[in-house]
Amino acid sequence: MKRAPRLIPALLLVLGAVPAVAQQLTVVNFGGANGAAQKKAFYEPFEKSAGAKVVPVEYNGEQAKIKAMVEARKVTWDVVEAESADLDRGCDEGLYERLDWSRLGGKADFLPAAVHECGVGVFVWSSALAYDAGRLKEPPRGWADFWDVKRFPGKRALRKAARFNLEFALMADGVKPAEVYRVLATPEGTERAFRKLGELKPHLQWWETGAQAPQFLVAGDVVMASAYNGRIETARREGRDLRLVWTGSIYDLDFWSIPKGSPNRDLALRFIAQAITPQRQAEFARLISYGPTHLKAFNGLDPKVLAQLPTAPANVKDALKFDFRFWSDQGEALEKRFAAWAAQ
Amino acid sequence: MTSPARSTDALVVFSRVHKSYDGTSFAVRGLDLHVRRGEFLTLLGPSGSGKTTTLMMLAGFETPGSGEILFEGRPITGTPPHRRNFGMVFQNYALFPHLTVGGNVCYPLEVRGVPRAERERRAAQALAMVRLEGLSSRRPDQLSGGQRQRVALARALVFEPPLVLMDEPLGALDKQLREHMQVELRELHRRLGTTFLYVTHDQGEALTLSDRVAVFAGGELQQVDTPEALYEQPANRFVAGFVGDAVTLAGTLADSGEPARVALPGGGVLEGVNVQAAAAGTPVLACIRPERIGLLAPGAAAANTVAATALDATYLGDHVRLRCALPGQEPIGVPLPLAALPAPPHGTPVRLELPARHLRLYA
Amino acid sequence: MEAGALREALRRESRARTLRALALAAPLALFLLLTFLVPIGALLVRAVDNPEVARALPRTVEALRGWRGEAAPPEPAFAALAGDLSAIDDQAEAGALARRLNSDASGARSLVMATWRALRAPASEGNAAVQAAPPAAGARAPLLAIDPRWGEPRFWEVIARNGARWTPDYLLAAVDLRRDAGGAIAAMPPEQTVFRAILWRTLGIAAAVTLGCLLLGYPLAWWLATLPARTASRVLILVLVPFWTSILVRVAGWIVLLQSGGLVNQGLLAAGLVEAPLALLFNRTGVIVAMVHILLPFMILPLYSVMRAVPPDYLRAAVSLGSHPLQAFRRTVVPLTWPGIGTGCLLVFILALGYYVTPALVGGPSDQMLSYSVAQYANVNLNWGMACALGTVLLAVTLVLYGLYRRLGRAELAP
Repeated sequence: MKRAPRLIPALLLVLGAVPAVAQQLTVVNFGGANGAAQKKAFYEPFEKSAGAKVVPVEYNGEQAKIKAMVEARKVTWDVVEAESADLDRGCDEGLYERLDWSRLGGKADFLPAAVHECGVGVFVWSSALAYDAGRLKEPPRGWADFWDVKRFPGKRALRKAARFNLEFALMADGVKPAEVYRVLATPEGTERAFRKLGELKPHLQWWETGAQAPQFLVAGDVVMASAYNGRIETARREGRDLRLVWTGSIYDLDFWSIPKGSPNRDLALRFIAQAITPQRQAEFARLISYGPTHLKAFNGLDPKVLAQLPTAPANVKDALKFDFRFWSDQGEALEKRFAAWAAQ
Repeated sequence: MTSPARSTDALVVFSRVHKSYDGTSFAVRGLDLHVRRGEFLTLLGPSGSGKTTTLMMLAGFETPGSGEILFEGRPITGTPPHRRNFGMVFQNYALFPHLTVGGNVCYPLEVRGVPRAERERRAAQALAMVRLEGLSSRRPDQLSGGQRQRVALARALVFEPPLVLMDEPLGALDKQLREHMQVELRELHRRLGTTFLYVTHDQGEALTLSDRVAVFAGGELQQVDTPEALYEQPANRFVAGFVGDAVTLAGTLADSGEPARVALPGGGVLEGVNVQAAAAGTPVLACIRPERIGLLAPGAAAANTVAATALDATYLGDHVRLRCALPGQEPIGVPLPLAALPAPPHGTPVRLELPARHLRLYA
Repeated sequence: MEAGALREALRRESRARTLRALALAAPLALFLLLTFLVPIGALLVRAVDNPEVARALPRTVEALRGWRGEAAPPEPAFAALAGDLSAIDDQAEAGALARRLNSDASGARSLVMATWRALRAPASEGNAAVQAAPPAAGARAPLLAIDPRWGEPRFWEVIARNGARWTPDYLLAAVDLRRDAGGAIAAMPPEQTVFRAILWRTLGIAAAVTLGCLLLGYPLAWWLATLPARTASRVLILVLVPFWTSILVRVAGWIVLLQSGGLVNQGLLAAGLVEAPLALLFNRTGVIVAMVHILLPFMILPLYSVMRAVPPDYLRAAVSLGSHPLQAFRRTVVPLTWPGIGTGCLLVFILALGYYVTPALVGGPSDQMLSYSVAQYANVNLNWGMACALGTVLLAVTLVLYGLYRRLGRAELAP
């Protein structure tokens, strides 16, 4: 057993030395329409300019794989699209490299929320109420309508997790977006959110991957769903009459990050530096309705595209910023309670 | 369907029964057969002759394609097998391995709702009948082959069925045990008086056991008769060849009269019984049981003889078999009493006597 | 003498045979050890492993010894904590500590990380204050100045409780138990009671799936066993077809079939059998249907192999002895196929216990099985101790079942 740690790297060196022809960069994303847009906006241009090959890998945000790689000191992922809470936690726990901001441009060029010691924002996305306009007589106006099963009969889909849903529940119960996390931090607030969720429970169906929500809506399994705005917009471009309600939507950022110990750290950083340029971000926003994080990227976008972004003034007006620090602290307890509640 | 079917001694009647598995060839064809009450009837034939199919149709596991099977004068073709109330013994015994010997023997009584005490009494009785007292709590896999066979018998007899069907029940036993069991079966049949219908391909067994034997070939019934009649007066070539040994000579029927005469290719002429009333000029087979053939002492005279040449002699303990060559025929074996030794040396011309009433001519 | 030499020769011979057998079995044994026993061992260790607090906060744990949580923590504990936290050089270690404490006390993550950062920052006031304070004066006030939450006893309780290198907490939590402040074992508060219900549900679903497989598989296996061998092996291939496609593809297929606009519902609506689409998906029905489909071959194969060995003569014999064919089947074939039924049921049940993907995709929230919680803890919460504890519970259930099966099996097969 003592000898194994010395043997294995030696073996890997031997094996790795042979096929070192072109440099490869493994970039992990959330797949679906998002992954497709990233390929066009980020991967292909980088392959051209850097002469390296980008290998895309899809995941659902499971941090376990990264943790396992980092612990085993055999990191095969080079760049990971991480959600804010995961990034923050992973940064604390040493799963991600701290970024050398000097190579990424000034922090001042970005939305303040997009700057993190272990990551830089890829885009701003939103989780919003979505519905199929063809199936509802009148458009819902917010989460209170989502909860109103008399006026809008039929099933609803929510992501199978506590996060977002507790916020939605409080907003449906009349809490203003700005107050949501303050209320949720109190035991009474948590109680209130679960009670409100409980009202809707018989009418709920859960989704787990981002692609499922528009799928359920299109199949007619549900009349309303919480969904990522980009997925709904993409479905719309494909001819489905799906719509979003921005009131009470929750927006957050996904981050570029580098798992600790990636052998291609330098190339990864070069990839990130190119992906966050205004041109690439604007291109991405044209492909899928997720908002740029570089302040100059907005200049190159046409107003019709801008209007569909979570960061458009009209959209962000009644929206809520996801508080990843709250969820870092409270997530495990709330998710466990959610699991218990959902299981009953 | 009148007199023979209703005749009081016919327990089972097969009437024009056909059976085909594949729709093109017959497994059983045009079967007419009476099973008499209380008799031990054996269905004998090579494999594929239709004997097992006949048994299975009677048991109810196969359905006749056409024709009717009557039991006690009533058609039973529509009766499901479990209502026929026949005892049955299978070739591999089919003892239930998860039940004890007692459990196996009690099984038919149990499904008939016989009370427990009565059940046990009768099972003990049946086991005693096959001389297996005290083995009631054993499992079948702890018994020898012969014991298993007896358990299967006891199980088939315990509910006192009017008819017991046996499908090559002794096939799996070694020769010695088989002969021993034959004696016991015969004895059991005599004591019980139940009708036994027995299937075998072993002609010795059929002759030993049965009151009557039904010979099957190619799906058709060839002959039904007592063992003696079957042996002495086979109805056709097949029966003559299949039951017991037969010496056969090919020839042409010269005279179809009584007695008929057959001309042999080597020039001799023999008298015999024209069994199938063949016309003169038809090629026939002359058959005779070897023990009916006599070797004439040099110079002695007899009727119906044929010239042959001695080939060799085989000493068989109770007799000597002398092989003789006849012109235009396969060599034939002639049994000689030990008193006839020494046998004629190789190449000696001999004369063989073939008594006319035992020489049967088949078309 | 002769006998002794013979005995010795025989013993040598049998020893050589044993050695040969061992040598032949060794590669497999090694393989099993590496791929099976070592991971299970690791799982069991992880379920009780609790290194974070003991490693990071040794002095604090020492200072809290004897403190029962009824009053404020003793003064030296604050100083010890400040000292321990300052001594942590690696952010990952602080992060691990923060995660460990946070899983027992929400909020501990930000508390620990903020305090650690404050203490490590070279010129921070907090750091200076804590370091400057003489040990006797206490570090309480400076710590509270960094974060007032250090005044809450619950964070200290978690540190005190997790001071030991090994902990029963994960295992207790996996069956909805916990240690109270006094160390006695008590039930979880009702709003956190999850796993017993999920365990019962897991057993229930596995039992229903097993029953479904048995009801569908038994007649089919019997039919297969009565076919001629050549035909049977051809049909058997059809039975095995599901193995050729990935489980995800099959589950996706069921979703297409069963969803409210799916083929089944369209068919039923078109035939006028129902007026509104039936809810076949995202509920228990869907889970059981899909799982039965996936696991059916595991039932059919052992049944088939056992039935193949049951001669058809048994059935005929029982019928000839006067049983109705169904009764004959029940009284001869069924008892003779007990071993196949047992093996098939055990196989399906144990496989079903560990199902995760299928219930996750076609089940509703109240159809998730224990593996889902395992995945949740392993993948999402990164709480591998809890994941391993739940895995241990599943393993224990499986072993108990297997033990029961062995015992019943012996009774059944005993002469």
